[in-house]
Amino acid sequence: MYRYDEFDHALVAERTEQFRGQVARRLGGELTEEEFRPLRLMNGLYLQLHAYMLRVAIPYGTLSARQMRQLAHIARTYDRGYGHFTTRQNIQFNWPSLVDTPDILEALAEVEMHAIQTSGNCIRNVTADPYAGVAADEIEDPRVYAEIVRQWSTLHPEFSFLPRKFKIAVTGSPHDRAAIRVHDIGLVLRRDPSGAVGFEVVVGGGQGRTPVIGVTIRDFLPKRDLLAYLEAILRVYNMLGRRDNIFKARIKILVQSVGGARFAAMVEDEFSQARETSADLPAEEIHRIRRYFAPPAYETLPSADFSLATHRRAERDFDLWCRSNLAPHKQPGYAIAVISLKPEDVPPGDATADQMDAAAALAERYSFGELRVTHEQNLVLPHVRLDDLHAVWQGLTQAGLATANVGLVSDIIACPGLDYCNLANARSIPVAERIWNRFRDLDRQHAIGELKIKISGCINACGHHHVGHIGILGVDRKGEEHYQITLGGDASETAALGQVIGPSFSSERVVDAVENIVETYLQLRSAGERFIETYRRIGLQPFKDRLYGSAGKERRHGAA
Amino acid sequence: MALLKANLIIDDEWTRIDDDAAIVPNGPVIVSLARWQRDRAALISRLPHVGLMLRSDQPPTDAAGDIARFGLIALEFPKFTDGRAYSYARLIRERYGFTGELRAVGNVLRDQLGFMQRCGFDAYEIPDGADARAWTAAFGEISVRYQRAADRATTAIVLRRETLETRGAFPDGDSVVGMWAY
Repeated sequence: MYRYDEFDHALVAERTEQFRGQVARRLGGELTEEEFRPLRLMNGLYLQLHAYMLRVAIPYGTLSARQMRQLAHIARTYDRGYGHFTTRQNIQFNWPSLVDTPDILEALAEVEMHAIQTSGNCIRNVTADPYAGVAADEIEDPRVYAEIVRQWSTLHPEFSFLPRKFKIAVTGSPHDRAAIRVHDIGLVLRRDPSGAVGFEVVVGGGQGRTPVIGVTIRDFLPKRDLLAYLEAILRVYNMLGRRDNIFKARIKILVQSVGGARFAAMVEDEFSQARETSADLPAEEIHRIRRYFAPPAYETLPSADFSLATHRRAERDFDLWCRSNLAPHKQPGYAIAVISLKPEDVPPGDATADQMDAAAALAERYSFGELRVTHEQNLVLPHVRLDDLHAVWQGLTQAGLATANVGLVSDIIACPGLDYCNLANARSIPVAERIWNRFRDLDRQHAIGELKIKISGCINACGHHHVGHIGILGVDRKGEEHYQITLGGDASETAALGQVIGPSFSSERVVDAVENIVETYLQLRSAGERFIETYRRIGLQPFKDRLYGSAGKERRHGAA
Repeated sequence: MALLKANLIIDDEWTRIDDDAAIVPNGPVIVSLARWQRDRAALISRLPHVGLMLRSDQPPTDAAGDIARFGLIALEFPKFTDGRAYSYARLIRERYGFTGELRAVGNVLRDQLGFMQRCGFDAYEIPDGADARAWTAAFGEISVRYQRAADRATTAIVLRRETLETRGAFPDGDSVVGMWAY
């Protein structure tokens, strides 16, 4: 894991003191709320429906056990004993008071964390593949470059007042677990024909009210040019991105309006002109940072473990957990274990302080003191020995963290929705809970297989509904909460936006609709076919027929 | 408005000339891009005692050939959230070789001074009665620079390299040999 050196420490300490001064000026009446707003937002402090909300950056979703314990401490001391892990690999505290926030930031700085640029129209916390450094299919660890981008983007003097927020994601694997193509910039580590490693650069993806799949503007960018090229993209965007309409201000709108090829040419032109003065990335800085991400001291182990097989045969619950919650590790004898934050009756992504401590303790004992946060709002123990898995599962079970549903129908992404957010049209969390209950039979969930349901309470799409296999969007219909369903969205390397299936459903009917969609899939799937594959083969119509009857189809044919 | 430059509130010796007003016979004047383009032949003899004022929707590329000859360039922040002038400032300093006074005007706030300075501004129009000491304190609040910018401040990357070259090893004793190549 990256460790702060004297410069990183100094910056975060100075930033904390700066914010302490700003809070004092606000509390003393020297700053109006209007003047204070951009300052608090630059430090992750929002004003929500009921209270302030502090969003803390977890850069590229990597956490040490010590950092996780500190988050637990903050949840206990300054909040109501829990925190909420987000789709951007961050954590949010929902009830801090303004006067406490400088102390919270100081507590974060103690463990090399901060809340810088988790809000505002600037470059936000950089995200990455949650299996970075351990995935069996990886070319190189993307966290090295994510950390380089984190430092370069922190308090960037030119890009702190962009037209709109700006999100960068990095992956080192051809299998995209970081939703690269729905980010403002997505970076994919690639090999060129000579074997050199560089980046494919994807620009202009995004969700929100105008969902767009990003376009590749560079097939291969050498590592040394990474920051200079990012700077060129950001400069073109900062100068030309729309500022007259907040809904048209993201880079995706600029890329769409000039076209991908023209945008690429503008970036290349700026890049070639700015070479002398733009950010440099010397080889030794890459080397320095890469050292921090060296693999831990793995033991040489056989790739299969007898005791694991025995436990799996003997304990059905453990076997189910192994089936859904493990991923292949690059090191023989180890597994990546995902901790589901989607148990029954808990908002997706929430964890109590005690659960955070429990996860930290398990990480210390079984995973080289390391944890990850996924954009699907789960946690990860990245390096668990196969013969430790049973003990880890037992520990998780005690902490209420052993739900065996990762990637399944109840592993739902949901935004906070109308329960917390002043932008929402409808509640998200209660819908997630009702779907969870409808599919509570784990055997049934496993029989259904991989199925990603994502729920947003409004068109800002914080719950990623556009890229859900089944997407659910809260809408306001004549003052009532209604839900529009989309099918076929995908955030992976085969990224796609979901298609609206038809008229929206009332709150009472939406869960039936989801179940009908699932039943249709089960009837029509070929052997071994995942939901998304079946959908791609048969299209929207069979699902439509099931949900709305054949009347809609006949009407359409009649009109034609 | 008061003018903050080199940590002091100073008198403004420049006169802003409206597009329709007559040019004052002597002394340094600031004109709009439209005025400059219209009266370039008459104004050019007064360089460098002519300043150029650019709105936030006027990139310096529109006057690129002349940029380095002005005595002053003023960039407008119509709202503090409109950050285009940060990019313009870097282009003016780094690409067009401007060495005169680069002035931030409009909605200039104390908590943005550090960013402005890094992008090449060296003069700031601030509210009348502002406490110069409190405002200039903003420059020193953050000492670490992760990125190169127009202020040519030494970046953390460079300082780290110097430390490693002096030591010849990482803090844990690991050799730095071989780390200079991609």
